[in-house]
Amino acid sequence: MSEQALELRDVRGPSALGGGARRALELLYLIAATEFKRTYFGTALGYVWSLARPLMLFGVLLAVFTQAFHLGSRVPHYAVLLLLNIVLFGFFQEATSTAVNSIVNQESVVRKTQFPRLVIPLAVVLNSVFNLVLNLVVVFVFILAFGISPRWSWLLFGVVLAGLFAIATAISMILSSLNPRFRDVGIIWSVISTALFYGTPVLYAIEIVSRPLRDVVALNPLAPIFEEARKWVIDPHAPGAAAAAGGYAKLLVPIGIYVAVCVLAVWIFSREAPRIAEEL
Amino acid sequence: MAVNQEIEAPAGSERRARLAQAPVVIEARGVEKTFRIPHNRVDTLKERATNPWARRAYRELHALRDISFEVHLGEFFGIVGRNGSGKSTLLKIMSSIYRADAGRVRMAGRLAPFIELGVGFNPELTSRENVVLNGVLMGLSRREARRRLDAVLDFAELRDFMDLKLKNYSSGMMVRLAFAVMVEADADIMLIDEVLAVGDAAFSQKCMDFFRERRAAGKTIVLVTHDMSIVQVMCDRGMLIHDGARRYIGDPEETALRYYRLNFGGEVEGTRAHVVPDVNVRVVDAWLENDAGERVDNVEQGAPLGFNVVVEARHELANPGFTFEFLTADDLRVFGISRTLELSPGQPDRLAPGQRVRVSGRIQNPLLPGRYFVSCWISRNRAHGDLALHILRLLDFVVYGTRRAPGSVSVESDVRAVPEPLPEEEA
Repeated sequence: MSEQALELRDVRGPSALGGGARRALELLYLIAATEFKRTYFGTALGYVWSLARPLMLFGVLLAVFTQAFHLGSRVPHYAVLLLLNIVLFGFFQEATSTAVNSIVNQESVVRKTQFPRLVIPLAVVLNSVFNLVLNLVVVFVFILAFGISPRWSWLLFGVVLAGLFAIATAISMILSSLNPRFRDVGIIWSVISTALFYGTPVLYAIEIVSRPLRDVVALNPLAPIFEEARKWVIDPHAPGAAAAAGGYAKLLVPIGIYVAVCVLAVWIFSREAPRIAEEL
Repeated sequence: MAVNQEIEAPAGSERRARLAQAPVVIEARGVEKTFRIPHNRVDTLKERATNPWARRAYRELHALRDISFEVHLGEFFGIVGRNGSGKSTLLKIMSSIYRADAGRVRMAGRLAPFIELGVGFNPELTSRENVVLNGVLMGLSRREARRRLDAVLDFAELRDFMDLKLKNYSSGMMVRLAFAVMVEADADIMLIDEVLAVGDAAFSQKCMDFFRERRAAGKTIVLVTHDMSIVQVMCDRGMLIHDGARRYIGDPEETALRYYRLNFGGEVEGTRAHVVPDVNVRVVDAWLENDAGERVDNVEQGAPLGFNVVVEARHELANPGFTFEFLTADDLRVFGISRTLELSPGQPDRLAPGQRVRVSGRIQNPLLPGRYFVSCWISRNRAHGDLALHILRLLDFVVYGTRRAPGSVSVESDVRAVPEPLPEEEA
């Protein structure tokens, strides 16, 4: 053992990134990569399965909203917009709902090894990201097939993905770290995320919603993400986030909520991380 | 060499003196840990929301109180205590699984904790993936972990199964893999909790061999155990924890003695066969000989066993009795030998401190081929049937030969199988 290795270092106990950031990153990579391989190479229909769900949901919703509610005629490119929205929201929902039980499911690892706690929900979100990217390939094939030509603003779609990824990660951190203590977090979240689904312009476009509901939607931190995605990718004439909220000043409310959720996530997670092993 | 327990030679004291001078690699100062156990566990947000002001009453469990100790480089350090004494909590704090409420723990070097054998294995992954993951978990980089993979798979003899998911492994294969991971961990400090509690006799034998090898290689090991024979034989120093507090630290024999006292000292009921709270005999040497007087650890089937044990009384020992049991690898007793001191007329039936006794002789060997162990019980005050020393696995040896039969021993018999004449056919 070298002299340097003999230097005593503090053992600080478990934490979000306990054991060093490099080790946490390597663990994250290994877990996400093996999980990815398992999903897509483990079964012959791996990729087909992961596509089947959003596509079937898309088919049903498209039929209902164009045939029964005639939304299609009022929203330009409604079909592809719906598909894009479903895939994006599907990512958010999949990541957060899988994350709820992620730490509880990894009980033996958490209670018996020095495992950086943050890696567990992060691996879940990352796995949903892989899924999302593969689904987006299909979505863009549809977009091109529907006659929308590529534009420079497509590059801004990366901002949309980053925004969605960050809030999905933040909520996953909150849910996964509170779940060991409060076992009904999952049930509560399934109700909230259903409400979010209808409170976000996924099935509809913001301009066709009337006043009181529109004010509620304007508070939703997810709404600006979907509105910008629509404007940048599908319809440059669609109202962007600011227009939908009714001005840049009003846009500060959902952005404020968004930032608050992220800060809260970091605070809750780092507060809970050292104690998770004892709560399980 | 048939002697399985490492014998405390004078080199032992030199070793201890040298270790005491070695740099400190683990330092714990005033470590405290309290668990709050609520009387009514509130574990849903709904309950919390419906009675937000309900008084939450806790019972405080002081798992650790003001624990301080140091471990030196190359030391084999034993932590002993009864169930619930806090020893596993301490190990978990050292392994960064729990956070101490107060106090400070510092360590030097890379640490490999083994709270359980095969912990962190994911049954859905292949053994190749699991071994790499496990390596990274123990602080190796991915590249180092991949490099280690070959060594682990070779040691476990599982190379042909490396792409099989762990859930399809037999329990034997799983233990082999987990053990190989531990052997190849090659960390500066190993923290081990009761790994020996799993597995059969052959497995715990393998563990002991591994410990001995690590110890000889100058690795630092902290072992949490209730097995006092390991403490006495392997450890350089021991620490006794009781009710979360440090009761003793130092000499392993003394640690074991105090542990026994804690466990059995207060017992008044159970007058018969209760354990004497003293560890006052130690085994100096134990071996098997062949007819030529050479020490052997493999014995031919049917060849007599030259049995030799030398023990030394540490304190005065009245009316000592010696029982040796021959066990199969599955811990089944095959036979035993009990002896008391052979005394000349007028000689008192007791041993003075430091006095040695040699138990030896030839034993007719009825054992069938296989692996056997000899365990030893030494009692004093035979009338009360109490026990002074119980060393598990004093010796182990293999009987080789070709005549196999069911069971563990062959016995003399003239049992024969003779065909009877056919009955006359009726016309």
